[in-house]
Amino acid sequence: MRVESFNYSHDNSHKWGMVIDLDRCNGCGACVMACQAENNVPVVGEDVARQKRTMAWLRVERYFEGEWPNLRVVFLPMPCQHCANAPCESVCPVFATYHNPEGLNAQVYNRCIGVRFCGNNCPYGVRKFNWFDYKLEQPLEQQLNPDVTVRQRGIMEKCTFCMQRIRRGKDHAKDEGRSVMDGEVTPACAQTCPTNAIVFGDLNDPKSRVAALAASKRRFRLFEDLGTEPSVIYLKGGA
Amino acid sequence: MPIPMDEKDNCGKLPSFEELRELAARKNIQAGADIDLNMPEGWLNQYSLSPMFFTTRAYFIFTIAAGMVVAWAIALWGYQIVKGMGVTGLRHPIFWGIYIASFVFWVGLSHSGTIVSSLLRLTRAHWRRPILRGAEAMTVFALMVAALFPLIHMGRVWRAYYMFPLFSQRELWPNFKSPLVWDMMAISVYLVSSVTFLYVGLLPDIALARDMCPQFDWRKKYLTVLALGWRGSHRQWMAHERASTLLAVFILLIAPSVHTIVSWDFAMSITPGWHTTIFGPYFVVGAIYSGVAGVIALMILFRWIFKLDEIIRLVHIRNLAKLELAMAIIWSYFYFVEFITTWYGHKPAEWRIWEYQWERFPHLMVIMLGGTAVAIAALSFNRVRNSPLWLFIITMLINVGMYIERYLILVPVLTHRDNPYMWTDYLPSIVEKSIVAGSFAFFFLLYAVFSKLLPVVTVADIREGKFISGDLRIGNTYVRVHADAEEQS
Ligand code: SF4
Repeated sequence: MRVESFNYSHDNSHKWGMVIDLDRCNGCGACVMACQAENNVPVVGEDVARQKRTMAWLRVERYFEGEWPNLRVVFLPMPCQHCANAPCESVCPVFATYHNPEGLNAQVYNRCIGVRFCGNNCPYGVRKFNWFDYKLEQPLEQQLNPDVTVRQRGIMEKCTFCMQRIRRGKDHAKDEGRSVMDGEVTPACAQTCPTNAIVFGDLNDPKSRVAALAASKRRFRLFEDLGTEPSVIYLKGGA
Repeated sequence: MPIPMDEKDNCGKLPSFEELRELAARKNIQAGADIDLNMPEGWLNQYSLSPMFFTTRAYFIFTIAAGMVVAWAIALWGYQIVKGMGVTGLRHPIFWGIYIASFVFWVGLSHSGTIVSSLLRLTRAHWRRPILRGAEAMTVFALMVAALFPLIHMGRVWRAYYMFPLFSQRELWPNFKSPLVWDMMAISVYLVSSVTFLYVGLLPDIALARDMCPQFDWRKKYLTVLALGWRGSHRQWMAHERASTLLAVFILLIAPSVHTIVSWDFAMSITPGWHTTIFGPYFVVGAIYSGVAGVIALMILFRWIFKLDEIIRLVHIRNLAKLELAMAIIWSYFYFVEFITTWYGHKPAEWRIWEYQWERFPHLMVIMLGGTAVAIAALSFNRVRNSPLWLFIITMLINVGMYIERYLILVPVLTHRDNPYMWTDYLPSIVEKSIVAGSFAFFFLLYAVFSKLLPVVTVADIREGKFISGDLRIGNTYVRVHADAEEQS
């Protein structure tokens, strides 16, 4: 017997997307911190970080152009790209990662068995694996976000576009009998970014800010030749 | 020294191992010849079954050492499960390490056993008979070891059953699009059919061992059960013959497909360096290449540990060495083709991986490529093909090289993925190394236990060969001729 899922009558045509303006990003890393706090991402400590096992779902990549002293640094925030043709999804043997109708690439933590094929097949390298159980000391666990699962050792996790906030926004809209408005849902990174480099919204809504920015002449997507069709659109910097 | 000629009279009084050896010496078996046709049947039976009843010192030392390594590896696996995968050398974004390299290696090693066995059976190569059992058992045990690695590698091994297509209340099936699911199915089919193939071949020998077993020996009970009431009637032999031939054809069909599917674990991904069409045939060839080397090395160990040099003769090892020479050449050709297309295309993401291989692992590259070159050169000489010691060294070198090949297929690709920001390095940790060492020990342990419980030499097949062949005198020399059962009827 199937259980009828909630019927969000007003909202089933979203395609969530993100625009990151590289011209505005100054590499401060506030988005990384916000993501870490919002999504219960464990803090691994110095030693584990040195082993390249940090759990951050979002990282700011730094690239250097030119030779010292004529150096220019380019910052590139890298969350999960939520590919429309996600290569990570087809290889998962147990459907732990799948595509939801709103264009999100979702991860079911309880279904994951940790074969890590998805991590190998993600060209962006944004998937993170729980190498250990990370325990928080006594009072600190009070700061965990109750809307987000705490992950166990041995499973994959990654950026969800703050799925819990999208849910909350949609619930709210449903209660008021309307569809989600532009700017109503903001993931932690976009909310925190001091320069407004990250904009989030519904790409299917032609009046949304994100759709307008996505039409910019400066737009590009990462590894477009691979055909993964990412939902994250970057705006070229340094023009 | 009375040697009973009929095994039926022999219940309870097996001759000692020295007596058997002495008789063999008196019969003056020439090195390099096939089995001596003048050997009495009773001797053949007893000598072939001797590994079950007599234990050499080398066997003891070997088994105890292997058991200790296995115990150590199991302890470390437990540690890894409790602590988390962090005890390995894996890190972001290198998610697959030597566990998967070992998995591919063991599946590859498992390949040749049944392929060689069924190929030789179908082509009626009469020299095959003494090596059949050893090769088939190798397939089964290597596959059992291989099947452990995906489990060892899993982050949550206690949830491994999510992979199986079980009925669940949530109507959630495994993802049949995933190469890992194909892989699991291919391996299970292969394991089941190889076990069946091995068991069908074993039936007459189990019955023989049952009849020869002293009355109150502890083996008698399970041998009786396993023999399934084999009496050696005409009907039973006919059914047996038909089943072996059918299974041989079946296995010859699925064996290449199994390793192709293993290669698809890599080739179906979009990772540069893996995403290539050549991987299927390349892996199959590599599997047979390393597998035949494994069979040769194992046969030589067999002769030494069980003192079976009267049964497994030089001619068998020599013929296998010729097959190995052919595989070495084919494998080199595939390697060359893969290299030349990557070099000519020179796509940055792909070419970087080859460059990195030479920068980071020049010693491994030299062992792998040099080892194959040495093998091709050496195996071309009859002198080498006739010397067990040399063959042992060369086949070991080949298998070390093939392990390295799997390592080099995995590691440089994962450390140098599309995104240069993620480039990093990987070194296996002590836990990973110990568990891999444990897998080798486990393989030998399985083999050792098998050789004590069931006949490791294909007695029935050898006797059949003896029955249908004779030495024909042509001028000064004798030539072995075989009557073909089909042609006579
Ligand atoms: S960026 Fe990686 S993890 Fe995210 S959807 Fe694409 S392939 Fe999957």
